[in-house]
Amino acid sequence: MDGGIDVIEFRSVTKRFADGTVAVDGLDLVVESGKITVFVGPSGCGKTTSLRMINRMIEPTEGTITVDGRDVMAGHPADLRRGIGYVIQQAGLFPHKTIRDNIATVPLLLGWSKPKARARAEELMQTVGLGPEMAGRYPAQLSGGQQQRVGVARALAADPPVLLMDEPFSAVDPVVRESLQDELLRLQGELGKTIVFVTHDIDEAVKLGDKVAVFRTGGHLAQYAEPAELLARPADDFVDGFVGRDRGYRTLGFLSDEVPLGTITPVHVGESATGGWTLVVDEEDKPLGWVTGAGPVAEADVLPGGTLHPVASGSLRSALDAALSSPSGQGVAVDDEGRLAGSISADAVLAALAAAREAA
Amino acid sequence: MSLLFSYLFDAAHWSGPTGIPARIGEHLFYSVLALALGAVVAVPLGALIGHTRRGGFLVVGIANGMRALPELGLLTLLVLLMGIDLLPVTIALAVLAVPPLLAGTYSGVRNVDQGAVDAARGMGMREWQILFKVEIPNALPLILGGLRASALQVIATAAVAAYVSFGGLGRFLIDGLKSLDYSQMAAGAILVALLALAVEGLLALVQRAVVSPGLRGGGRRSPTAEITTPDSSPDSTDTTTATPEPAGATP
Repeated sequence: MDGGIDVIEFRSVTKRFADGTVAVDGLDLVVESGKITVFVGPSGCGKTTSLRMINRMIEPTEGTITVDGRDVMAGHPADLRRGIGYVIQQAGLFPHKTIRDNIATVPLLLGWSKPKARARAEELMQTVGLGPEMAGRYPAQLSGGQQQRVGVARALAADPPVLLMDEPFSAVDPVVRESLQDELLRLQGELGKTIVFVTHDIDEAVKLGDKVAVFRTGGHLAQYAEPAELLARPADDFVDGFVGRDRGYRTLGFLSDEVPLGTITPVHVGESATGGWTLVVDEEDKPLGWVTGAGPVAEADVLPGGTLHPVASGSLRSALDAALSSPSGQGVAVDDEGRLAGSISADAVLAALAAAREAA
Repeated sequence: MSLLFSYLFDAAHWSGPTGIPARIGEHLFYSVLALALGAVVAVPLGALIGHTRRGGFLVVGIANGMRALPELGLLTLLVLLMGIDLLPVTIALAVLAVPPLLAGTYSGVRNVDQGAVDAARGMGMREWQILFKVEIPNALPLILGGLRASALQVIATAAVAAYVSFGGLGRFLIDGLKSLDYSQMAAGAILVALLALAVEGLLALVQRAVVSPGLRGGGRRSPTAEITTPDSSPDSTDTTTATPEPAGATP
């Protein structure tokens, strides 16, 4: 997907509902192609209305919206929508259809043959991490997370260049949500779709978005920027308040780690510790936890450690968190295989942060 | 006992144009005609109101109004107006078929998970496709529940056809009453009840066959029965958990 196509452009778009409510007020915004753009804001800020105007589920009162240069108001809305993937909150699967047939919906609407549409559906099940044994099941037999995977697969079925996602992960529990988010990022790495994603969760916005549009109540765009920029330089008090109190801490997530690792001498279970805090590792040098005091180490004495900082993929945030969450005050860094790589102190992280500031 | 069953078990009454099989055939014929006419009116109207979500008050008004009509009075009036003909009989019985079918179709279509309808529209289904590919298949348990209730009602009441000189199982009741042949009346009553039960059983089998397994759950009979509980299929396997959809309201 090269730049310039599948751009979504809002030009002075206003939506006023019949009761006089202004949901979106003079929105000017360009959604870049091949990127994830997140619309975020409190309830009633017009983020969902803006999203739903892209596929004409809601029609703008004033202004124009173009997708790939074409006005969305030209032509039949059904034809527009078949070219745009659509994922909604509760997945919205068809209860009477099997998973396979749910996913095959748009290809069949587009006139594909049944075998071809079903083959495509089964291929997509694999793409989104659903086992082939799910193909003949019905939505009621799936968990919320699995249903949402089906929702994503269904939206991708006809390979649309644009994907609209309306709070797709907000109805699942936090653990499942995080895995769905990671999955989406992995998929996007392969597919490079133009994705517009609506959420009220700023953490989700910052995690997923290449760019984030913060909406303010009354349908105004408060700031449109890359996540790191948003956290580092909120445009005004509203954005500042919305991105939250610990935005300084979250900014660390965007700084790659150049923290020098300290050396640490671990012991194995059965060996003798020399006193103070000592790190215990298993036979493969993977950290198990900490012991305190001198003497031989029994497995039962090992206290759980803090979070681990992956040296290759971590950020300053994970480095600092490793240091802060460790019972000994010394964070533990690991390599790609999870083996001990060294120790991290909070001071070292802060020094690296100061260095990064100077470099910027 | 013998009085109750003597007419019924007399072989002489099981053949000929006024025999029991012929009367059952007539009874079914009037019932099917009335159900067909009722369905032609109630199903499209209920589906339309349920789909557009406009005019729900009409459903309540029509259903309650029709339920309140006195059947015998209505039939007499129609026959007076239209003469002794099959049409007034059919209309009078169809009036009974409409309320359950209308309420069932309306609440079935209306209570389809709005997420599924929104997704269908957002994926590019046209309105008629949403209705036929999503709403009606999902409403089928309630539509068929309405049909079963209507069928029961119509079959139980179709005996009134005999009141205006038509056939059917009502003949045994009317003729029996006239000649004080209580055994004949008992036979009529028993046969009407058995026929209603048989048709109910048949329609239950039809429902089982045509409703998607994805919607199958507890026995849904009529729109007045629990209509909104989404069920996890009993045959769902291993680690999967069923997630309930938002429940709707009773009609």
